[in-house]
Amino acid sequence: MATAETTLTTGKQSIFRSSAAQKLLAFAALIVIFVVFSILSPFFRTPENVVNILLATAVNGVLALGVTFIITTAGIDLSVGTVMTLSAVMTGLAISIYGLPVPVGILVGVLTGSTAGLINGLVISRMRVPPFIATLGMMMIARGLALVLSTIETGTVKPIYFSDTPVFRQITMGSVLSPLLSPIAPGVNVPNAVLILFIAALIAAFILAKTVLGRYTVAMGSNEEATRLSGVNVANWKTAVYALGGTFSGLAGVMIASRLNSAQPALGVGYELEAIAAVVIGGTSLSGGQGTVLGTIIGAFIISTLTNGLRIMNVPQEWQFVVTGLIVILAVYLDILRRRRS
Amino acid sequence: MGDLLLKMEGIDKSFPGVHALDNARFELRSGEVHALVGENGAGKSTLMKILSGIYPKDAGVIIYQGQEVDIPNPRAAQHLGISMIHQELNLMNHLTLAQNVFVGREPRGRLPFILDEKKINAQTQALFDSMHLRLDPRTLAADLTVAKQQMVEIAKALSFNSQVLIMDEPTAALTESEIEELFRIIRQLRNKGVGIVYISHRLEELKQISDRITVMRDGRTVDTVDAATVTIDRIISMMVGRTIYESSPEVPDNPNPEVVLEVRNLNRGAAIKDVSFQLKKGEILGFAGLMGAGRTEVARAIFGADPIDSGEIYVKGVKVAINSPRDAVRHGIGYLSEDRKRYGLALGMDVEANIALASFEQFVGPLGVVNDGKTRATAERYVGALAIKTPSIQQLVRNLSGGNQQKVVIGKWLTADTDILIFDEPTRGIDVGAKSEIYKLLNELAHQGKSIIMISSELPEILRMSHRIIVMCEGRITGELTAGEATQEGIMRLATQRSVMVATDDNSSANGARVS
Repeated sequence: MATAETTLTTGKQSIFRSSAAQKLLAFAALIVIFVVFSILSPFFRTPENVVNILLATAVNGVLALGVTFIITTAGIDLSVGTVMTLSAVMTGLAISIYGLPVPVGILVGVLTGSTAGLINGLVISRMRVPPFIATLGMMMIARGLALVLSTIETGTVKPIYFSDTPVFRQITMGSVLSPLLSPIAPGVNVPNAVLILFIAALIAAFILAKTVLGRYTVAMGSNEEATRLSGVNVANWKTAVYALGGTFSGLAGVMIASRLNSAQPALGVGYELEAIAAVVIGGTSLSGGQGTVLGTIIGAFIISTLTNGLRIMNVPQEWQFVVTGLIVILAVYLDILRRRRS
Repeated sequence: MGDLLLKMEGIDKSFPGVHALDNARFELRSGEVHALVGENGAGKSTLMKILSGIYPKDAGVIIYQGQEVDIPNPRAAQHLGISMIHQELNLMNHLTLAQNVFVGREPRGRLPFILDEKKINAQTQALFDSMHLRLDPRTLAADLTVAKQQMVEIAKALSFNSQVLIMDEPTAALTESEIEELFRIIRQLRNKGVGIVYISHRLEELKQISDRITVMRDGRTVDTVDAATVTIDRIISMMVGRTIYESSPEVPDNPNPEVVLEVRNLNRGAAIKDVSFQLKKGEILGFAGLMGAGRTEVARAIFGADPIDSGEIYVKGVKVAINSPRDAVRHGIGYLSEDRKRYGLALGMDVEANIALASFEQFVGPLGVVNDGKTRATAERYVGALAIKTPSIQQLVRNLSGGNQQKVVIGKWLTADTDILIFDEPTRGIDVGAKSEIYKLLNELAHQGKSIIMISSELPEILRMSHRIIVMCEGRITGELTAGEATQEGIMRLATQRSVMVATDDNSSANGARVS
């Protein structure tokens, strides 16, 4: 009987409380956006453009995966964009300037992100600096370091190119799927970047749902004090969550360097807001305790589809910012409505 | 009662500005329920938080199972078999019951960092079964009532194989029947040899459940006495260090027929169903019922804090539209929330600012400048009239005791010149001495012609204070009793008068001991 009673209550309330509704809503929004742009522009739905959208989603999506964990703990990370850039520059230094093998360069990039995240975590959990401020500081630090490091070779700020290592570009722009896909859809090139995004998403979903780290991520976001009183070392686990977020930024850094075939030290500002937007649109609650990887991926697709569509419609970039900003506010407002109802 | 399990001696603890514990001592045997009582700020919770590793002690020794132990953090306490169930429930709403029970020590799968969800659920189910709790481990914690959440917390504590279980005010939010259920589980644990520390303000309960009682005052241990032989009066006098009488004052018949507030056919979703009643001038109208009966919802609706679906509200015979608390205050209605810290006070502001908070217009000059002299004078007047114990009106409200905080809220609404005051659980978490002062204050306010609605879950309090009593159950008014005819049994009968459909639901509320 107890079960009957509980199913009854969950059945009634969880539609609004859980993020299922927002995920559904987000998915419907994605389809509507796609259909509208397809009608407005014949070029929009061409395979080449769809691949463009996929590519654009890949980097932002990987960033957003890391941010999903952090927002689920009721934290925030503003540094993911510039940490991504720093990681890209570090990869560039390792491969093109110090001539290290490509796999080592990739590792250097990813670990740069992990380290930045680790420092964020330590500053937040040990020094008790609020996440907003701590990661804002890291945002500036990473940006500055990326610029400084790019001057090592020539003395001036300039991109580092991967001209001697063509294989590096293949990491994101090659397509291991093409031979598999060619019998079904000839000529469609699904770049590796998209594959990486989906593998990263699967790993993130697994961590969130099945591992100790994921469980504590939700627990800390739901009630941090209770988690502490349950004997969980909250400081350490929170540090781990930020380090994980940083690791995803590091991976995104390697991906963007590979995609552009260069490490662009001035890039990165603004990426953090797009990542946060993707997470919130996907239905992860800013008040913590509720995170969804699938939602985040849908959110990332919404942002990149919209940006791509607006560009194709020749809407100036300045207006694209305005639209993205409005969507973020709308998504957060939906989150608030959802919480009010539960 | 078994062997000595635990002994705390010479415990000292200071917080900035407060000497919370001063050479405190406490002992616990296995298989005993040891009640720990004292006024707010006496140091009970602090002493137990030291025992459960939440605060470090400044001085003193803890001897546990014959050995001196050091308890630097909650995890160390858990390892020793010492668990504490806190006053504020500590479940994570977004996790399932099973996930809550095992947080921090989840059974792992083949790989050490992967959770074994099946095992978590199965072990929790076994645990619930052993306690005769009929709950599904996969339910989200957010979907349970407070009482059931508390049972889950006990289950969680038991899963540590706890030898010492500390309960801080476990019955504060429970109804009579839920308390019975809790006591059943406590006795079950005692018979298994667990030592239970039971912190409570409800002295009537102590004689029922505890074997020994330790009284604390001002951070010191006053004495430990046998529960069977001590009288409640004796406990109270040890707590307050003076003799206060707890007898009920005369409740006069209410001669004034003037209706100041009338509510007709109030409805809001499932929470409020067709509620109608009248409140007379100078009357204290008690609202009794179980948790979730809809009493607070009615109060909030009248106060304009929640929207209503339908219904009419008349103040002094005139129909009014109340769409926000601001409207309510304009019509002379004040609401004192059951959660004064969250809704009633700005804790970080001083006494003066809080008293003026609801009526700043009175104190603002033509240019929008606050007249400090006037707010100060008003605050001083109410601090005096309500006997608020505070070093000065500049003291932050955060630093006052619960009873004095409550008086500040009362002062705030008196300043706002409200004639209709709705008190929601006015004495929750307030110690005995302050309680009787609050009662006296309510009586005085009624004598002065204020009309009072008092929502309370403590039946003795309702019986003692009210001219009339309205009983609610599941959003409906199930009865109205006059002071003369009301008894605890009569109220409880009305408070459990549920509609047929939900009555089945009640059986499912996990009561192995009593199936209705």
